[in-house]
Amino acid sequence: MPRPESDSIWVIGVAMTPFRRYSDADAYDLGGRAALAALADAGLTMADVDVLAAGSVNQARPYPAQQIQRRIGQTGIPAYNVLNACATGAAAVRVVYLAIAAGEASIGLAVGCEQMGKKGLLGQAAPVAADRYVPSGKYGAVMNIEGVLGTGLMPGVFAQAGMTYAASNEGVGFEQFAKIAVKNHSHSTLNPLAQYRKEFSLEEIMAAEMISYPNTVLMCCPTGDGGAAAVLVSGERLATMPSEVRRRAVKISASVMTSDPYVADGLVQPDVNTLTRNAADQAYARAGVGPEDLDLVELHDCFATAELLHYDNLRLCEPGGAGEFIDSGAPWRTGRTPVNVSGGLLSKGHPLGATGVANIFEVTTHLRGEAGDRQIADAKVGMAHVIGLGSACAIHILERAAA
Amino acid sequence: MTQAQVKTIPVVDYLCLDGGEPKLTALVCDACGAHYFDHREACASCSSSGPFTRADLPRTGRVGAFTIVHRAANGVRTPFVSAVVYLDDGTAVRANVVNCAPSPEQVHLHMRVRLVTFELGTDSEGTCAIGFGFEPA
Repeated sequence: MPRPESDSIWVIGVAMTPFRRYSDADAYDLGGRAALAALADAGLTMADVDVLAAGSVNQARPYPAQQIQRRIGQTGIPAYNVLNACATGAAAVRVVYLAIAAGEASIGLAVGCEQMGKKGLLGQAAPVAADRYVPSGKYGAVMNIEGVLGTGLMPGVFAQAGMTYAASNEGVGFEQFAKIAVKNHSHSTLNPLAQYRKEFSLEEIMAAEMISYPNTVLMCCPTGDGGAAAVLVSGERLATMPSEVRRRAVKISASVMTSDPYVADGLVQPDVNTLTRNAADQAYARAGVGPEDLDLVELHDCFATAELLHYDNLRLCEPGGAGEFIDSGAPWRTGRTPVNVSGGLLSKGHPLGATGVANIFEVTTHLRGEAGDRQIADAKVGMAHVIGLGSACAIHILERAAA
Repeated sequence: MTQAQVKTIPVVDYLCLDGGEPKLTALVCDACGAHYFDHREACASCSSSGPFTRADLPRTGRVGAFTIVHRAANGVRTPFVSAVVYLDDGTAVRANVVNCAPSPEQVHLHMRVRLVTFELGTDSEGTCAIGFGFEPA
């Protein structure tokens, strides 16, 4: 293999715990397990790590990075806690990436972890009725407006986002959204790390309990627990590492983070599209690749409606052609651009903080040719995408070493 | 107590009940024209720190997106139709679609709708909260 460019940054270790519910471990235990496994995968220990970044959403306090250090090794290195909604894990990866790019570290560890338990789909307490109406908050509301002035809960928000796309594009409706869930549940049957591994027919998915039309319960990601970790290294340092580490190294050709630019309706309906498009365009430009070069994509399918939007946002299909894209079978593992061969958030699961590292685990594993039954043959280039409402979008484009 | 004596309060402060037909209002950035329903420190579009002038909004518009919520937070009656309505001046508003069956056969994207108000409840002092929604026009 050619000597890695000294200013390049590589992934040399990845791991994730199975995503499921854990009653015998907390989020930091799961983050620690994943971190140890990722370090072992890289042939390293905590003593080799120059910088640590870690994140969780529900367990953001009392500080995942230090909690994980206490569990697996307190070496006194700089440790950063990150919180960026569902892009938290990807933000941890990017903090490590930036530390290496800045020359302050040559080996870094990024960890995402989460424990959601059976938090429930909506994750919200019951509104408390007030004894007396007093305007409060930024809208001067006299009561909880959830359900009174529309919905701001995730299933409804992403349902509306999908319906906005359906409003302006032909051939997109309930059936197209449901087909995405058929695909991801089917893909998950090949992934031993997935929370659910059960196939469903289109009819079963469409007839399942309606949560927020057009998303039925089988079109919404589950809550769950898990940890995922990645070890990053500078090209300069990688060049000094054993040939086996170099052979399995995966290059980060683009690491991009965006937030919401202003759009007129964005304060009423979260805009998951513009920042994703911006991130995709920047990532393709930086990596010097196009959507046609991608052998697999792990994208943020928190709801089936979301995945359909991102076909268009990530330029995987013709503008406006996301309905036709799923109808054609293109994003199936046997199709032109396999999407969410892990089972995606819909079936692999979505422990919030872990997700943005877990998708880098998935893409890296395929690029190394180590994905077992679900391996995409001869995968050379892959994309990992996450979006957290607020919003934050992270995209990483990864490439196999040219050995 | 006669109707005239009942004290009312809007569910949110951008619903205006001060005489005439109920209407929605927005704060408009003098510098760039961006519309807001919330209180502002500065403009999210152009970063101008104001001033912001309150303006009345049209009472009619179209459904730009909707969902029919079947599983909701505790205490919320289901199913209900949540929508993003684009008023005739382009301002986006989130509200329920009311006076319309909550089914995908009855609610349509691009459907014309108009503002309606209704009572939401009465507090311990007898003040009645007035909510708003949109009904098929």
